Amino acid sequence: MANEGAGYLGTEGRPGGISSWIFSTDHKRIGILYLVSILSFFVVGVSLGFLMRLELISHGPTIMEASTYNSVFTLHGVVMLFLFIIPAAPSIFGNFFLPIMIGANDVSFPRLNLLSWWFYMAGAALALATLALGPADTGWTFYAPYSLRTGTYVSLAVFAVFVLGLSSILTGINFVTTVHRLRAPGMGFWRLPLFVWAVYATAWIQIVATPILGVNLLLVIAERVFGIGVFDPAKGGDPILYQHLFWIYSHPAVYIMIIPGMGIISEIIPVFARKVIFGYRAIAYSSLGIAGVGSLVWGHHMFVSGSSYTAGVIFSFFTFLVAIPSAIKVFNWVGTLYKGSIVLGTPFLFALAFIFLFSIGGLTGLILGALSINVHLHDTYFVVSHFHYIKFGGAGFAFFAGLHYWLPKMTGRMYNTKVANWSCLVLFIGFNLLFFPMLILGIEGMPRRYFDYLPQYSTLQIVSIVGSWVLVTGLIMMFVNLIRGAFRGPRAPFNPWGSATLEWQIPSPPQRENFEKIPEVTKGPYDFRGLR
Amino acid sequence: MRWAVTGLGHGTDNAFLVIAGVCLILFLLIIGLMSYFVFRYRRSKGVEPEDIHGNALLETAWTILPVLIVLYMFYYGWLGYDARRKVPEGALTIKANGQMWAWSFEYENGKPSDRLVVPEGRPVKVTLNSRDLIHSLYVPAFRVKQDAVPGLERTVWFTADETGEYDLFCTEYCGTGHSQMISKAIVMKESEFTAWLAGTAEAKAAPAPAAPAGAELFKSKGCAVCHTVDGKPLVGPTLKGIFGKKVRVSTAGKEREVTIDEDYIRRSELEPATDVVVGFPPIMPPQKGVLKEEEIKALIEYIKGLK
Repeated sequence: MANEGAGYLGTEGRPGGISSWIFSTDHKRIGILYLVSILSFFVVGVSLGFLMRLELISHGPTIMEASTYNSVFTLHGVVMLFLFIIPAAPSIFGNFFLPIMIGANDVSFPRLNLLSWWFYMAGAALALATLALGPADTGWTFYAPYSLRTGTYVSLAVFAVFVLGLSSILTGINFVTTVHRLRAPGMGFWRLPLFVWAVYATAWIQIVATPILGVNLLLVIAERVFGIGVFDPAKGGDPILYQHLFWIYSHPAVYIMIIPGMGIISEIIPVFARKVIFGYRAIAYSSLGIAGVGSLVWGHHMFVSGSSYTAGVIFSFFTFLVAIPSAIKVFNWVGTLYKGSIVLGTPFLFALAFIFLFSIGGLTGLILGALSINVHLHDTYFVVSHFHYIKFGGAGFAFFAGLHYWLPKMTGRMYNTKVANWSCLVLFIGFNLLFFPMLILGIEGMPRRYFDYLPQYSTLQIVSIVGSWVLVTGLIMMFVNLIRGAFRGPRAPFNPWGSATLEWQIPSPPQRENFEKIPEVTKGPYDFRGLR
Repeated sequence: MRWAVTGLGHGTDNAFLVIAGVCLILFLLIIGLMSYFVFRYRRSKGVEPEDIHGNALLETAWTILPVLIVLYMFYYGWLGYDARRKVPEGALTIKANGQMWAWSFEYENGKPSDRLVVPEGRPVKVTLNSRDLIHSLYVPAFRVKQDAVPGLERTVWFTADETGEYDLFCTEYCGTGHSQMISKAIVMKESEFTAWLAGTAEAKAAPAPAAPAGAELFKSKGCAVCHTVDGKPLVGPTLKGIFGKKVRVSTAGKEREVTIDEDYIRRSELEPATDVVVGFPPIMPPQKGVLKEEEIKALIEYIKGLK
């Protein structure tokens, strides 16, 4: 960053260089480490997705063979989920801002925090090593028995995900402890910013659900190496058991991805409406509600794999129930706008795009949750579109909103807001052009993970491919603008948006020690009296 | 969207219309209100914001109402699902088998087919199985989908109401040839179907049936998905000119050299995992109990002739 000598970014009184970053236990520096590494992997994931789309532009092999295509979509999934969207909001913004927001000088276990980043990098290195050796071609779900038979480097890829899971658990433990132990005087639970609530709820899912994935992945490795026969039907194992164990983690993981994003939106909306958030407690409780009920819906991934009729009915029921806390959040955000004094800043525009896209994602989820419809739409493009609306349109856009909201604080410099607003628009158009046609393709029966398709699906495929070009254009615009801003932008004031939370009451960028004296908190996080 | 051609499918389509309709209304409501507020309360109008912390009545209402709405959706989705549970009596039973990467069907009289041929207006019960991985039988026009899990028999039923040819897919990812694991579901008039079904039944009764040509079996049994005859290796080795050649194989973890002869080909068809050619994955499904003796012979003759 350009602010050498300023705040935590400065080198005064300590050696500079790369080791002052990769061995730093300062939560802010670790946040920046995550920022740089996670965004690099995001670029890898986007490139893979872009190539996948491009391959489908004509019938038969265009730029790659079927087996390559299968590896590309597998790696796209692994990179985007485990290296980007799961760690993005909690590890970058959670690390950087959670301690400051609660009035603490660091997390509870700073060295464990650094270790989490190292585990993350080790997992990432293993995952990308498979790229050179022979990438797995199983899909990110590693379904047995295919993952037990295929000749590619599945064990290595699975082990990579295991190590990433370890990193995720450690981060979760750190955040839960920090929120419980290090709140400043006066910072009761009901004065926590909603982003902190969201990261707190997420951390619990990370701690509780991730070990199950870990066990499952180790079983896959044991099965491949020693042939123990837990999942392989040829040896008397049960491949359906694999699916249960996998989704017991991986469905809650969807909430690990989206809840922190909802937290970001809950920060941004009141700041730009210039008024207190509507229904603070309902939003906080709904984060816990999603975390709780969300752990009981995994079976909706398996309606047609042959679970019992009763199981299908129960899982469908819970799936509909988990929509309620999400809906409550959306209503509260819209309600907050009522009688506000709305400033159309860039973070707010991204937040509006989030509400639009996340609503489509959530509502198509209701369509998928209905049993008889699910039979038709399961494993088609409809599902692909639905989860991209949630994970990219939802979690991804919330993350972009967070970048535009917090980067001035992290770097001490401001980006060009005009370019930022345009990039938001281009991203929004590109996203819908890319993913909306997939909803229709799915309804018409186009199965997912297909290297090739029947002629009746051509038109919509082409529209979607053009959409991917627009989307990538928007991403380039946004990142070039943000990177330029971070290094060369004009100095940002300490509180450019007029926010009331603690991170905006200290200099931009923050000092090495967040607070010279731990503050005494006397008001809520969205109390803008005196700031308007 | 094309309407379903099965009774079960109509249930699915109705549920879809109702649920998607309600979703659309909710979506327009949310986005409409959001846009209106952003426009009405914009900063440039110079209005003073009003801090509203919440409203117990409103918040209770927008919790309870959505609960009722989603319960209604749940009920509608369940209706169409419940119907799928009870197979009507007297349904025609067809055995379906998935393997990498082809479907095969077998009728009550033993007639095999690589397409799912069914009579119009009569309930059909398909019992699904798989020889290797999990596959999933999907006929979009029927709104029918069911995974085929190796070692666990699954059942699915439907009554097709309209004659015609419909796409049939595999929707559970199963490797390189997944997107080629496509066939057709063909709905025929009852009389036509009876004639079609009797077709091979008669041939079977005829004395000493001529074994189908090896080339035909090579395609219909799905061999061609992994093995070429033009010298280019695919997932499995090419079969061009292999007869009489020496290859390195892995037998129980140890490498050795074998000469490809009739015995080797027979073994590779029935128990392919015994000797796996080095450099290829051990993924071929065993054909023991699948290929008949005369079919094995025909295939061996065919492979011998591939120069």
